[in-house]
This record gives sequence, structure tokens and C-alpha cells, in this order.
Amino acid sequence: MLKILSERFRQGNRTSAFPRVEPVLSKRFRGLPQIDASRCQNGCQSCADDCPTRAIELKEGAPVLDLGRCLFCSNCVCPHDIIKFSNDYRLAVRKRKNLFLGREELPLAESLDDKLKKLFGRSLKLRVVSAGGCNACEADCNVLGVPTYDLGRFGIQIVASPRHADGLLMTGPVTRNMQAALLDTYAALPEPKLVIASGACAIAGGPFCDSPETNSGVGELLPVDLYVPGCPPHPYTLLDGLLRLLGKR
Amino acid sequence: MSLSMQLKNNSSLPLNDIHPLPVEEFASRLLHSVADGLRVSAYFARPRQEGQFDLICLLANDNSGKLQLLQTRISECFPSLAAQCPQLQLFEREVAEQFGLQPVGHPWLKPVRFERNWREEEAPAPLAGDFSAYRVEGEEIHEVAVGPVHAGVIEPGHFRFQCHGEEVKHLEISLGFQHRGLEKLLCGGPHKLSLKQIEAAAGDTSIGHACAYCRNLETLAGVQAPERAEALRSLALELERLANHVGDVGALSGDTGFLPTASYCGSIRGNILNLTAELCGSRFGRGLLIPGGVNFDLNPDECRKLLERLTVIEHEVNGALALFYDSPSVLARMDGVGILSAEIATELGLVGMAARASGLHRDLRLTHPGPADGDFIEMVRQKRGDVHSRALLRRREIAASFAMVRQLLQKLPDGDLRVALGPLQPNRLAVAMVEGWRGELVHVVVTDGRGKFDRYKLVDPSFHNWNGLAMALRGQQISDFPLCNKSFNLSYCGFDL
Repeated sequence: MLKILSERFRQGNRTSAFPRVEPVLSKRFRGLPQIDASRCQNGCQSCADDCPTRAIELKEGAPVLDLGRCLFCSNCVCPHDIIKFSNDYRLAVRKRKNLFLGREELPLAESLDDKLKKLFGRSLKLRVVSAGGCNACEADCNVLGVPTYDLGRFGIQIVASPRHADGLLMTGPVTRNMQAALLDTYAALPEPKLVIASGACAIAGGPFCDSPETNSGVGELLPVDLYVPGCPPHPYTLLDGLLRLLGKR
Repeated sequence: MSLSMQLKNNSSLPLNDIHPLPVEEFASRLLHSVADGLRVSAYFARPRQEGQFDLICLLANDNSGKLQLLQTRISECFPSLAAQCPQLQLFEREVAEQFGLQPVGHPWLKPVRFERNWREEEAPAPLAGDFSAYRVEGEEIHEVAVGPVHAGVIEPGHFRFQCHGEEVKHLEISLGFQHRGLEKLLCGGPHKLSLKQIEAAAGDTSIGHACAYCRNLETLAGVQAPERAEALRSLALELERLANHVGDVGALSGDTGFLPTASYCGSIRGNILNLTAELCGSRFGRGLLIPGGVNFDLNPDECRKLLERLTVIEHEVNGALALFYDSPSVLARMDGVGILSAEIATELGLVGMAARASGLHRDLRLTHPGPADGDFIEMVRQKRGDVHSRALLRRREIAASFAMVRQLLQKLPDGDLRVALGPLQPNRLAVAMVEGWRGELVHVVVTDGRGKFDRYKLVDPSFHNWNGLAMALRGQQISDFPLCNKSFNLSYCGFDL
């Protein structure tokens, strides 16, 4: 017992001051891309050509980047520095169309409407289902439960049964073999219910966007309330999205 | 009489040099080699013209460091050797499922991942989880079915426990829910997405799988990644091992109900992932590797800062682990639970950590070393094969990995980060094997006449080891399952591909 207490003292308090204090991420972390279209060379397609998931389309001579498909691999960075990846981890949005990043700023997720906020704002229980996720999204979702992030202090909890849940947090492109189980889980959630798509696979299929064995994300099957981009999303990206959804940021 | 082909890790052969053996000779040589102590690292079919298939078997000799390649040509069926050589049973089922070929005499031909036959793309897809399970019967026997959706934040899989009271007589594991068609997507590659898909083969082993993939491409292009790049790859590989092992001890701690270490390790694991992010911006090492080398470098100042952080982390890990391994209640919970004997582990062809915990001499870093494994000298092994052995093995490997990371950061070799990669040589077979944190990652690639992937075979350690978990649970209480499962911590998507 004494050993446990002294170790507890030595390990100290590990919970981050987020959201009061912004987290310090690795300098090399690739977050929200910044697009400076003014320097775009006429007729150059290199960013679109180099994107492995075809996330970039040129519209009116400037790239539009679909953050839903983006793997944040930075293959699109060209010698003219048109697309740069910033350190900004805040990426979650409410609508699929909001993920198309061009000249305008990314419209970060708005909170739920008053009625839902009243229901879920102080207590949101989530059921997590992986439907073809590679265990990176799952791991960085699981990590929200550790003392560093301490999801519980925001009234959010991951629960074991869909019957106890207010929302479905799902990862993976939805493999053919998991489709029925995912839909069954969703059906078992009591109304009203939320769907959160976490990671590039869940939004648009990610690296498996062309696979005949998977869907291209959950959007084809269920109404999605929150999209969290990334491959995988940083835990702070997911946490920020959840807090925005509940109107806590 | 044609000879079976010998090759080494990270090398290739022209397809013309591989002589197909008559089926009977293929079988007898395979069985002989296994009897001589070799083990099956990969076994797969490759379609040829007109309904013909090459059946290729890669055997690893852990004593000589050599690999043996056997090949035969088959059409609709081939003799099953699973009854004599149990480590083949899953491979044969996989061949049967992927191409609709019949392993004649297979003791129990169940689906592997409910995959559509590659030859009949229009055929109706099989229904996942629908299979005839091995059943224990009797008046007092009951069956507990779990999954595919589990209680925690975890990948899907279906488990059926055949129990007599609390005692598990047999555990039937049915996977495939995560199947994304990876091997098929790689055909005709390398595509722009191939490396990204490999990084997601098993997302907690991104570095390991990417390493094997890149080395295969380098072999086929006739180049070697610079020494500095290989050192950075090794660094990332050891960080991956550290993060996962520390996380696993935390998870074991959680399942023994010992929460202090569970909390500390959960946080510390994240700190280790953040070191990988310091190197390449991604906590899972996404984007670090590229065929020909690596994309990111560390300057001396960054190395120094990482070393400082590593020292703090090591100190915290040691404290958290000491608490765990000193607690009598923890040790009592793990001791003697989920024993996997060395005999069964050998028969099933277990690899990696789980094999070493049962006393087997299996660590590719020593037996089939890669370019930067030269300094790795000590294989950590345990004897008993219970949960405690697998936990203790992690503790010792954590200490070894800390030492390796420190050594690498202190003296990164000078040189370039990458070399240019030319076209891949056509009509060759290349092998790359990497000791990932779970165990042996095997990538075998066969190129076609244009130097594109004709067949890309991946074997994740989980492919061998899931059966080990099923056997370890026999005779245990059903409530021991979470603990046993965590002690193996196998990948679902690595198996499902």
C-alpha cells in the first residue's frame, strides 16, 4: 500500500489542462492544411496527381481538398508551397460538404440544437464500433479514457451496450462483413441518437476507398452528425470535436 | 531431382530458378523440413494460366538463418497436410477460400475470413460468422457466443466458448469481419495507395509492415536503403514495440483489477507514441517510411531532446511496472493461467512474443536479422507459457527496447535518408521479414513480366497466434478469457487483411 501511494505521488497528476490550455503537439504534426491558391501555377495538377486518395480537385485553377478523404500524408506539398500542413488539430465538422477545403475557412463543428444539447450536453454515452478500422483510430479513441485526456470529466463515457448509448462512434470504412453488425448496433440504440464518424476510413473509405470488400465510409449507410478527419485523428482532434458537438468549446 | 531453393531474409530469386516439384515430392519435402525443425512462414497460391496455380511454401530455418522455398503446380485440388502438420491448417483453408481450391483430406475446412473466391467475383458473398463450429456436446455443456461487436473499444471478432460450468472445454474463434481485401488490392501494384494500405494492414504495426514492404521493393529494385535510414526505421520499430508493450501491461493491469499501473501505462503509452510523432508527425509512424529510405530526419539537437524525454519516460515506466510485478494479488491472478506449452506452440507454428513466452527460440532480429539488427544480441524468453510469462516477457523486452532506442539515438550513422528507387525487376520472388512487436511479419511478393505485383502475400503474426489463444484457454475459466486475450493481444485486421 505504501509503495502504491509513493508511486502515485511520484507519477503525479497527468490530466492535461485542455480545453483551458491548448495542447502542445509535435512540430511535425500534420493538422489543418492551409491552401494559398494565389501562387498556384496555371495548369499544374501535381497536388491532385500525387494525392493517393484523390482528395484534391482543381476548381477555378485552385485546389480544393476533401479533408474527409485526406490521409494527411503531405504528398500534395509542391515546390510552390500552395498546400501546407499547419499544426492546427481542430478539424471536426458537422456536415460532409464542410470538409471540402478551398479558399474559405473550415467551418468547425457547431453544437447540437438546444433540445439535443439538453439531453446529451451533460452526459453523453457512446458505443464504439470498429467496422474495418485498422486499430489506429480505435487506439486513439481508447486513449481518451486515460488520465491525460480523462474523457469522463466532460460527462462523456464509452459504454458496453448500445442500449445504454446515446450515440455510435464508429471507425473503419464499413467492411462488407461488418455492415450487418454495425446496422444492428445502430438499430439497438434508443432514439434520439447520434453517429460520429472518426477517421478517414469512416468518412470516405480512407486507404480502402477503392476496395470492393468495403463501403466508402459510414455516410452511405447512416446519417452522420460529426465527422472527425485524420488517419488516424489525433486524440485532441476527436476530443475537440466531441466538445464542440456538446457546445463546450 | 530438382533442389528446393534456399534464400535469405531480404533477398529475391528469379522465378525461372524456382523449379516446381511434383506434388508428392512437395508434400514429402515440406513434412521433412518441418520434422527437421523448420517452420512454415508463408504458404499461398498464385494463379497461373488456365486454371493452374503455383502453390508456394516458405519455410524458415531459425538455426541457419536460411529460408527454404518449395513450389508445386496444382489445378483444382491438392493433398492436405494439415493433419500431419497442424501449422498448415489455416494456410490451407486460406488457399481454399481465396481460390476455391480443394485441400483433399483437410480435417476441418472452415472459412477463414468469409472472403469471396477471387475467381468468382460475381458470386454471392459468404455470410460472415456463418459456419459449422466445432462443438463439444453433452447434457451439461453450454455455449457462450460473443461478438462480433464487443464491449470495449476493440476490433470485431466472433468467439464461441464451449463450457462445462465455468470451465472452457474449447474456444472457437471466427474472424474475417475486418476483411478489406488488402492482398487483392495490392495486385498490379505498387499503386499510389499500396504503402498507405500496408501501413493500415494492422494499424498498431504500421512501422513493422511498412518496413517489410519497403525492403521488398528495395530488394526488387536492386538498392539498399542508406544506413541512416535503416537506423531510423529501427528506432521507430523499437518505439512501436515499446508503446504497445507498455500499453499491454497497462491493459493486463486493468484486467487483473489493478488500476494504478493501468492508469499510468495508459498515459505513458501515449507519451511514447508522441516520441514517434516527434520524428514523423504521426503517433503511429504513418508517412515515415518510403521505399528507398525514410522521409524524416533527426538533427543532433532533436536526438538530445528525445533522449531527455526517453529518460523521463523510462523512469516512469519502471516505477509503474515495478508496482505491477511486485503486487502479490496481480501475480496470483496471472500465475499458471492460460498455459500454452512449448509443444503446442511449436505444433501450431506460433511466432513472436507469444512463442518466446512458451520458451521457443523465435525472434527474427536474431535468427533472420535485417539491415539494422546487427547489434541485437539477446533474445528474451520465458519458459512456462502462462499469462505471467507473457507479461514478464514484455517487461524484459521493454527494458531491452529502451536500451536499443537510447543506443540508436546516441549514434545515428551519418549519410543520406533515401536512395532513388528504379523500376522493379520483373519475374522475381522477394521475401522480407520483420520482427514486429507481436512477432514475425512476412511479406512475399512475386512480380510479373512488367515488374508489377503479380501476387503480394502478407502474413501477420496474428495469423499463426490466434490458435494459440484458443488452445491456451482450454481448461480455463471463462472469466480468464479477457486476461488471456490481453496477454496475446492479437490483431483482428492483421488476420483479416
